[in-house]
Amino acid sequence: MTQLLKTKGGVLTAALIALITLTPVLFILVSGIKAEPEIWGHLKQYVLPGLLRNTVVLVTGVIATTAVLGVSLAWLTSFHEFAGRRMFERLLLFPLAIPAYVMAFIYTGLLDFAGPVRTAVRLHLPSLAGMIPEIRSAWGVIMVISLAVFPYVFLMASSGFRSMGRSVVEASLSLGQGRLSTLFRVTIPMARPWIFGGLILVFMETLADFGAVSVFNYDTFTTGVYKAWYGFFSINAASQLASILVVIVLVIFLAEAYMKRKQKFFNRGSHQPSERQPLKGVPGILASGYCSFVFILAFGIPVIQLFVWTLEAFHLEISAHYGRLLFNTFTLGFLGMATTMAVAVGLAYACRAAKDWKAGLAAKLSMTGYALPGTVLAVGMIGVVGLADGAMVSLARWAGLNLSAGVIKGSLLLLPLCYMIRFLTAGYNPVHGNMTRMTTAMDEAASLMQVTGMKLLSSVHLPLIRRGIATGCILVLVEIIKEMPVTLMLRPFGWDTLAVKIFELTSEGEWERAALPALTLVLAGMIPIIILTFMGRQRN
Amino acid sequence: MSLILNHINKRHIPGPVVADDITFTVNPGELAALIGPSGCGKTTLLRMIAGFDTPDTGSITIGKYTVSSQDIHIPPERRRTGMVFQDYALFPHLTVMENICFGPVKKDVTHLEKLIRVTGLKGFEKKYPHELSGGQQQRVALARAIAPKPELLLMDEPFSNLDIALRESLSEEVRYILTEFGITGLLVTHNQHEAFAMADKIGVMAAGKLLQWDTAQNLYYHPQSPEVAGFVGEGSFLPGEVSSKGEVTTLIGTFSSDSGTTVPEAFGRGFGRVSVFIRPEDVYVDPDSVCRATLLKSHFRGPGRLHTFELTSGHQVICTDNSPASLTPGKDYGISVCNRRVSLFYHPDERNRDRKVA
Repeated sequence: MTQLLKTKGGVLTAALIALITLTPVLFILVSGIKAEPEIWGHLKQYVLPGLLRNTVVLVTGVIATTAVLGVSLAWLTSFHEFAGRRMFERLLLFPLAIPAYVMAFIYTGLLDFAGPVRTAVRLHLPSLAGMIPEIRSAWGVIMVISLAVFPYVFLMASSGFRSMGRSVVEASLSLGQGRLSTLFRVTIPMARPWIFGGLILVFMETLADFGAVSVFNYDTFTTGVYKAWYGFFSINAASQLASILVVIVLVIFLAEAYMKRKQKFFNRGSHQPSERQPLKGVPGILASGYCSFVFILAFGIPVIQLFVWTLEAFHLEISAHYGRLLFNTFTLGFLGMATTMAVAVGLAYACRAAKDWKAGLAAKLSMTGYALPGTVLAVGMIGVVGLADGAMVSLARWAGLNLSAGVIKGSLLLLPLCYMIRFLTAGYNPVHGNMTRMTTAMDEAASLMQVTGMKLLSSVHLPLIRRGIATGCILVLVEIIKEMPVTLMLRPFGWDTLAVKIFELTSEGEWERAALPALTLVLAGMIPIIILTFMGRQRN
Repeated sequence: MSLILNHINKRHIPGPVVADDITFTVNPGELAALIGPSGCGKTTLLRMIAGFDTPDTGSITIGKYTVSSQDIHIPPERRRTGMVFQDYALFPHLTVMENICFGPVKKDVTHLEKLIRVTGLKGFEKKYPHELSGGQQQRVALARAIAPKPELLLMDEPFSNLDIALRESLSEEVRYILTEFGITGLLVTHNQHEAFAMADKIGVMAAGKLLQWDTAQNLYYHPQSPEVAGFVGEGSFLPGEVSSKGEVTTLIGTFSSDSGTTVPEAFGRGFGRVSVFIRPEDVYVDPDSVCRATLLKSHFRGPGRLHTFELTSGHQVICTDNSPASLTPGKDYGISVCNRRVSLFYHPDERNRDRKVA
């Protein structure tokens, strides 16, 4: 037994973690396969067509918008020099700190019929009033979500553009191609794996979004799953809808893995970076102006509006449940973070010990959670927990005990586990990244110097992976704090968090009161972004 | 097509002078090479010819057209030059064939077929660059550069990423291919063996200056400056004295300077203190010689050995010896010079004194 653990321990651990993280997905897929014809018929006739149309419109719109925004901004800041270029490279990542559902309620509050903008227009320029498009519409959702997630495309496209070096561009010029032809035949095609990688992230985020579309009452698959569960109390209907989403997500997940592999082929050896083309005069002003415009729209206006509302409702909110909400949020956050990081470090060590494709595959499978929409994960977990609790109740009855209700369901155990499944990637990647620098030759060198066991861990391993663990902790904590649908659906009674409170307040249109919790989330979200941009500067 | 560089100057701001009054001509159909230590400015020169950099002053003419001068700057895409990059710069998203046909290639099937055949890429047309070996990628880069039938082919360290065996066979192939397609070529390398094997003319550069532009043979046997002598091949510098009768006296012996001795053009006066440069193959172990030297070390070189001797004055002399007799380091031996091909330069002190006088 110990022998088995020693040789196969790594693979077994990795496989176990993969199994745990995949359980909700498997449950949903199975329930999708053995669909009950009545429910399925109802869904197919009345629910699916609308959800499908809305989801397709939303995803297509957001992908097109973020592609244009992200690629154009990345192209400007990667290949040109203009006033504020270095600053914009960082500022344009800031919108990532604003969760899409916060962005959504800010713009709804601003541009709603009763909101300040339209009221002012009606008052002063009544002739223009009819020309302002309705914010509660497909284009409104598309705009709001795009503003929240375009930095993914911007970030990925930038690293794609920067990885290619000047010689390919020069090769194209030496072959008689002009600047424009080079841009469309070489520069953009070569950055395609990165651009697609960013767009896939956007796709996942949009598909998984629950909060923003709820604010707009725009029904997509995620809200469909939620309503099926919450409105009809039908876990079956919910998981059948979810199974469709799971299939889509798996396809995207494979597409992303493919893109990552392609990036490796496209990024070979070291390159001399291309020289920036200076933009002076009108083009320079246009470039700075465009970057500022996007930044103000995606970060400036939302943050200012949040401050304004917070001031208006400060006394009401700070006295109410704010302290309690903070406590709940951070308790759940830290529990989730501890669970996630323990698993992440365990998985990283398991892969290091096993060093074969099986453990690698298990690790990759364990990462599927981040592609899973929160509502789907929650529904899957409710199903799995229901089964487990049922089994436990009958086991207890067999042993002579009589359990009245489930053990896990409604307990504090469930949420940290879900957070782990959802955010394992965020915790695992930095730890694994640091771990790859820690070669087995180092262990061997240390053992020749009689440093083994705990001493090896504390004096060699820990200093090397400390940074990765710290980065992972921050990323995971912030993600959990911002997380909404899973917490909403699985929280034990009385465990409202900031995100849940925002959902409740915004579904009643109480924008001002939702501002303080939202501002708290935005401030928390700024932490990893500042670290990210700071580390980027160090590398430069 | 010929390539003419006329008094090219270029300074990186801020930074060193990378081209200092450089003038040379590559005749149609010739393959020329620029050699020199890294950072000497040879790559910048190549990039100025390609149009990626602009000279501060001077002009560049390719064939009939001046592509760069004080008021002309033809952009790189209109210079009709091909370029092979050090990292090949193949387009990873295109197949071999798509890479080759990327430029303005006429749909001339026979030309393309010949190109593919000559570069040995038959059967690889549909592969992607990452599926090829380093040598194959090199060939694709070459084929892509010459597919649009450029007038001039520029190559920037084209073989530096390959192993030695492949480097030699490929450099021969490239020479053959250029001749086959009648293309004028200019190669930049830090490897003089490569330049010797391939090039008709070689330019030696150091710190932005073109020290000498000549055939390989002349560079080796008739270096114009001590820097060229020291950079190309091996050899020893010894102090010497030229008498008014033309006899050269060195620590290893005296010999007449009339036959075969290289007197650089700059060396005008004909007599006085000089620096004598001697190739190792011109030094031989001579038991009868009055000049005795201590053998410091002796390296086995396959065909023969390379000895390093130290004279009583402290100067070191290297000598190749093809005889099977083995010498013992630490012992003294007689050495002599055959006077055929020594080069004479100003003695450093003399040069300084002349400068002061001037």
